[in-house]
Amino acid sequence: MLELNKDNFDAEVIQAEGTILVDFWGTKCEPCKALIPDVERLAEQYDGKIKIAKLNTTENRRLAMAQKVMGLPTFVIYKNGEKQKEISGAENCTPETIENLIKEFV
Amino acid sequence: MGKIYDVAIIGGGPAGLSAGLYASRSKLSSIIIEKGKWGGQASTTEELENYPGSMEHPTGPKLMERMKAQAEAFGTECVKDEVIGFELSEKIKTIKLTKSEIKAKTIIIATGAQPMLLGAPGEDELRGKGVSYCATCDADFFTELEVVAVGGGDAAVEEAIYLTKFADKVTIVHRRNEFRAAKSLVEKAIANEKIDIIWDSVVEEVYGDGIVEGVKLKNVKTNEITDFKTDGVFVFVGTKPISDIFKDIVKMSDKGYIITDDEMKTSVEGIFAAGDVRVKMLRQVITAAADGSIAAIAAEKYIENNFEH
Ligand SMILES: Cc1cc2nc3c(=O)[nH]c(=O)nc-3n(C[C@H](O)[C@H](O)[C@H](O)COP(=O)(O)OP(=O)(O)OC[C@H]3O[C@@H](n4cnc5c(N)ncnc54)[C@H](O)[C@@H]3O)c2cc1C
Repeated sequence: MLELNKDNFDAEVIQAEGTILVDFWGTKCEPCKALIPDVERLAEQYDGKIKIAKLNTTENRRLAMAQKVMGLPTFVIYKNGEKQKEISGAENCTPETIENLIKEFV
Repeated sequence: MGKIYDVAIIGGGPAGLSAGLYASRSKLSSIIIEKGKWGGQASTTEELENYPGSMEHPTGPKLMERMKAQAEAFGTECVKDEVIGFELSEKIKTIKLTKSEIKAKTIIIATGAQPMLLGAPGEDELRGKGVSYCATCDADFFTELEVVAVGGGDAAVEEAIYLTKFADKVTIVHRRNEFRAAKSLVEKAIANEKIDIIWDSVVEEVYGDGIVEGVKLKNVKTNEITDFKTDGVFVFVGTKPISDIFKDIVKMSDKGYIITDDEMKTSVEGIFAAGDVRVKMLRQVITAAADGSIAAIAAEKYIENNFEH
């Protein structure tokens, strides 16, 4: 799965055409880490239909904050560089709600 | 016919993991089903200082990782899935997962609790944008910023202290004029230069344009409303049981906590409950673990008395 950071975020998300789902996670966020295998499975399952990427906010705090993400886990859909929809918080982000978010945009 | 487990445990927090450990050590076949993060609530705090023996690494995630490894080492199966329903008309119970089913002689409910919300306008919209229920997850973002921690129990005071490692200032907002939290924690908080306390107050509103900018506080004695600028709002105002799926199955209190006896038996034969989800006085890792062990041994007794070998 694509790893985003301050060097490639602009090219892969903001300047990119099409739809991308970004998984904002952090090294101390246990709920986020528990979701990663599911996100990786979804990335494979929807390969070619939607781009799915993850961003480690512990290493890219300012970048996440510039995207107005200040809580984890957060999943954001961007289309042609514009934020479309997001879900946030451990209770709201489940494999099911993440897949539904993807389905809404493919 | 597929496998029939002796014990199916719902929830992989300290209660479920301890139940798994005791069940597998008693040579019962056991499986734990966890929908989210292993370790439950206990894996979302780094300040776990009151679990006996957890001195060197007083962090929830590490302790919970060891609890899971220990249960698995004795043979408990751990699966990631969500329990969504039951079929209980037969002596062998069927537990429905999202895509499959499990059959078991006994069930231990260890689904725990989740954070209660403030119920204030703006709270939901600004979740992940400054409103948080998990300091360990989100504290990083507030490095050198100012935050509010709402609540007066152990979790609120302990997490407020944790937040001072990141934020420049942490203001505890509490609706009473004294804390419920343990005295040692309260002393630590009061001595901490980065912590301020606003008594007798509740959060009436969280506001901000796409990101938290402040809160409106109401003094419950004078009804006076004041504006308080802050970058984050950490909410620790208690928890509520995760018990909706058991509503028509076992007896519960008004608030949805499952009623058990001393042996963790619920109102239904062969179904036990352990940990934060049940009616009890103290909801902590140690009491959850204790409940889990008792439930597993009670399940063993039930199997001996009700099933042939
Ligand atoms: C911020 C915070 C700080 C705390 N600090 C301390 C402390 O310092 N010391 C202390 O002793 N205690 C502390 N606690 C309390 C402690 O974490 C809990 O008492 C303990 O975790 C309860 O354990 P449990 O196993 O009953 O439930 P939980 O830990 O809540 O675990 C239940 C698990 O069940 C899972 N589940 C629920 N429904 C389903 C389903 N349908 N299918 C599958 N899985 C399901 C959940 O995902 C969860 O992982 C703290 C709690 C919080 C929130």
